[in-house]
Amino acid sequence: MLKIDNLHASVEGKEILKGINLEVKAGEVHAIMGPNGSGKSTLASVLAGREEYEIEEGSVTYQGKDLLELAPEERAHAGVFLAFQYPVEIPGVSTTNFLKTAVNQTREARGLKSLDAVSFLKVMKEKMKLVDIDQALLSRALNEGFSGGEKKRNEIFQMAMLEPTLSILDETDSGLDIDALKIVADGVNKLKSPDNATIVVTHYQRLLDYIVPDYVHVLYQGRIVKSGDKSLAHELEDKGYDWIKEEVAAL
Amino acid sequence: MSKDDQILEEFTSKEYEHGWSVDFEADEAPAGINEDIIRFISAKKEEPQWLLDWRLKAFKKWTEMKEPRWPNVKYPDIDYQGVKYYSAPKQDKKPKSLDEVDPELLKTFERLGISLTEQKRLTGVAVDAVIDSVSVATTFKETLSELGIIFCSFSEAVQEHPELVKKYLGSVVPATDNYFAALNSAVFSDGSFCYIPSGVRCPMELSTYFRINAANTGQFERTLIVAEEGSYVSYLEGCTAPQRDENQLHAAVVEIYAAKDAEVKYSTVQNWYPGDKNGKGGIYNFVTKRGICDGDNSKISWTQVETGSAVTWKYPSCILKGDNSQGEFYSVAVTNNYQQADTGTKMIHIGKNTKSRIVSKGISAGKSQNSYRGQVHIMKRAENARNFSQCDSLLMGDKCGAHTFPYIDVENNSAQVEHEATTSKIGEDQIFYCQQRGIDEESAVALIVNGFAKEVMSKLPMEFAVEAQKLLALTLEGSVG
Ligand SMILES: Nc1ncnc2c1ncn2[C@@H]1O[C@H](COP(=O)(O)OP(=O)(O)O)[C@@H](O)[C@H]1O
Ligand SMILES: [Mg+2]
Repeated sequence: MLKIDNLHASVEGKEILKGINLEVKAGEVHAIMGPNGSGKSTLASVLAGREEYEIEEGSVTYQGKDLLELAPEERAHAGVFLAFQYPVEIPGVSTTNFLKTAVNQTREARGLKSLDAVSFLKVMKEKMKLVDIDQALLSRALNEGFSGGEKKRNEIFQMAMLEPTLSILDETDSGLDIDALKIVADGVNKLKSPDNATIVVTHYQRLLDYIVPDYVHVLYQGRIVKSGDKSLAHELEDKGYDWIKEEVAAL
Repeated sequence: MSKDDQILEEFTSKEYEHGWSVDFEADEAPAGINEDIIRFISAKKEEPQWLLDWRLKAFKKWTEMKEPRWPNVKYPDIDYQGVKYYSAPKQDKKPKSLDEVDPELLKTFERLGISLTEQKRLTGVAVDAVIDSVSVATTFKETLSELGIIFCSFSEAVQEHPELVKKYLGSVVPATDNYFAALNSAVFSDGSFCYIPSGVRCPMELSTYFRINAANTGQFERTLIVAEEGSYVSYLEGCTAPQRDENQLHAAVVEIYAAKDAEVKYSTVQNWYPGDKNGKGGIYNFVTKRGICDGDNSKISWTQVETGSAVTWKYPSCILKGDNSQGEFYSVAVTNNYQQADTGTKMIHIGKNTKSRIVSKGISAGKSQNSYRGQVHIMKRAENARNFSQCDSLLMGDKCGAHTFPYIDVENNSAQVEHEATTSKIGEDQIFYCQQRGIDEESAVALIVNGFAKEVMSKLPMEFAVEAQKLLALTLEGSVG
C-alpha cells in the first residue's frame, strides 16, 4: 500500500529526514517510536503533504501512485488520514459543519453523490458511538477550548467519518488518561480491516498494549535505526532510548 | 513563493460575477451639476415646489461644503461635473403593474437572481427594484396595502403620500448633514419608501435591490423607513453594478424612524463592483445611514455584509433617544485587491437605560485596507446606558491592512462601556488541517472566513444568509493556496 524509499526531507534548510525506508501493507499496523525531535511528526507531515517541508531525495509510492505528486486534499481523497499531534482550532466552524464539507468533498472527488443533511447525521450518529463522543462537542467550534483528550477523541471521530485507507496517528495517546486511551484505541481497532493500514506514532509503549502493532520501528535522528516486532516496544519501555543512541553513536 | 503568497495570488484572481451591463435606451441628464439639473430632475419627477426648494437648499449648502478627507481611504479627486446625475431606462409610459414593465428590465433582475414576478419570488419577500436612478418595479404591493403598509418607490411616495414624505424626509439625516448627504439631497432620483402603521408586524421581508447600469452615471437613492408605534419590519438591501474601467459614484441616504415600541431590522448585502485586481474601476460608495429610536423601547438593528466597492465610506448609526431604546450594528466587511473600506457605526445614547451592541468583523486580503471606525457617545441624560463593542480583524497575507478607530465619549458616570478588539491571521495550519480532511484551499478559506463572521451572518434573514456566505467566499476566491 505504502512504500517509502530513501526519503530525505528538510525544513528551512535543515535536513530532518535522512533516508527513511518503510513498507506498509494492507491490514498491517506499524508503530513508529523514538525520542522527541527525531522527526516522527515531520514524517507524518510529509506523508500528508505539508508544503513547508522540502523533499530532497527519495520517493513515496501509495497504491501504485507517486504520493508526493498529489496535493494534500488529493491525498485525503485517496484515503490518507493524519490524526494531528496538535489539532488546529477553527473558530466559528462546528465539527459537524467541518466534517460535512470534508466528507462531501471527498465523496465528490471519488465520484460519489454528496450526502444530504439527513443521511449525514445518520452516519454521524453511528460513528459517534464508536468513539463515545458527545453531540454537544461536535456542535462547538472545532477544537476551540477543547481539552487535550477531547481534541484527540475528535481526531479519531473524524477518522471514523472519513474511513481512510491509510491512517497515521501522531501521538494520539499523549494527553489521554487511561480510560480515554482505551476508548480511542478501541475506536481505532474497530476501524481496522484487512484493506486498510495504520501507522501509530508514539513515544510510549502504553498505547501499544491496546493497539497491537505488527511491526515497531525506532526513528532516531531522521533515520529508522531499528525495526522489530512488538517485543521491541517492550524493550524500549524497559531500557529507554539510551542504548539505541549508543548503538547509533557506535556506528 | 511562500504558501501565503500563493494563496494570495490565487485569491486575487477572482472575477466579479455581476460585471455585465445591458443596453437600454436611457433618458438622461447631461453630465454636470447645477441648479438647472436639479430643476430638471425635480420636473421629471413632477415634484411639488417644497421638495424642489429643499433640493436647491441642499445644493447651495453642498457647494459651500468640503469633501471629507478624514476617512482612512485614498482616491483621486472626483470630478463632480463629469458625472451624470440622472439616467432612467426609457419606458414608454410609467408601468402600472409588473405586466407593463419592460421585459428587458425584468430579465436584468432575473440575471441577478432576483425575480420580480411575484409568483416566482421566494415567499415572504417583497422587492422594490431600482435600476440606475429609477425604481422599476415593486412587488407584493397589494398584499401589503391591505395591512396599511406602504411600500413603494420614493417618487411614488412623493406623489401619493406627500404629507408623510414631508414630515419625515431629512428628519434623521438632515439635508446638510454631511457632504455626501447634501449631494444626495440635491440630486436623489429615487429609492424606496416604507411606512408601517401602528401595531402592524410586517408579515414579509421588504427588500430593495439597487443596480447601477448606465456608464458614467452616479446613483443617488434615498430610502425612508417609518415604523409607527409598536410596529415591526425587517428590511433588506442588495446591490450590484457592471464592471467598468472608470470609477462610479454612489451616494445614498437611508433614514429610519422608529416610534415607541417599534422595531426595525435593516440588512444590507453590498456587492458593488470593487474594481479589477489592479485597482482599476469600481464604485465609490459614500453612504449615510442613520436611524432614530425616537420612542421609548424602540429598537433599530443594522446588519451589513460589505463585499464590494472600490472605496467604502459608511457608518450606519443609531440615535437612541427614547428611554430603554436599543441600537445594534453587526458588520462583516471584506476587502481584497486594492479595495478600501472605512466603515463602522455611531451609537448616540440620549435616553435612559439605552443599550447598544456593536459587532464588527473585518476581513482583509490582497493589498486592501480595512478600517473600523466607531463612535459611542453617552450623553448626560443617558442614565444607565450600556454599550458593548467587539471588533475583530482577520488578515490574509501581509500586504493588507486592518485598522480600528474607536471613539468613546462618556458624559454620564453610570454608563458601562466595553470594547474588545482582536486581530488574527488565517493560518497555514488551519488551511492544511482542512486540506488534510479533503477540503480544497478555496473551500477551506471560505469555511474559515464564514466561521470568523458567523456571529454577524447569523443575524441575516435566511434567504440573504446563503447569498452572503457565497459572496464572502467569492470575494476572497484565490486569496489562499
Ligand atoms: N516547521 C519547522 N521549522 C523548523 N524546524 C522544524 C519544523 N518542524 C520540525 N522541525 C525540527 O525538526 C526536528 C524533528 O521534529 P519533529 O518531526 O516534530 O519530531 P518528533 O515528532 O519526532 O518529536 C526537530 O528538531 C524540530 O525542531
Ligand atoms: Mg511529534
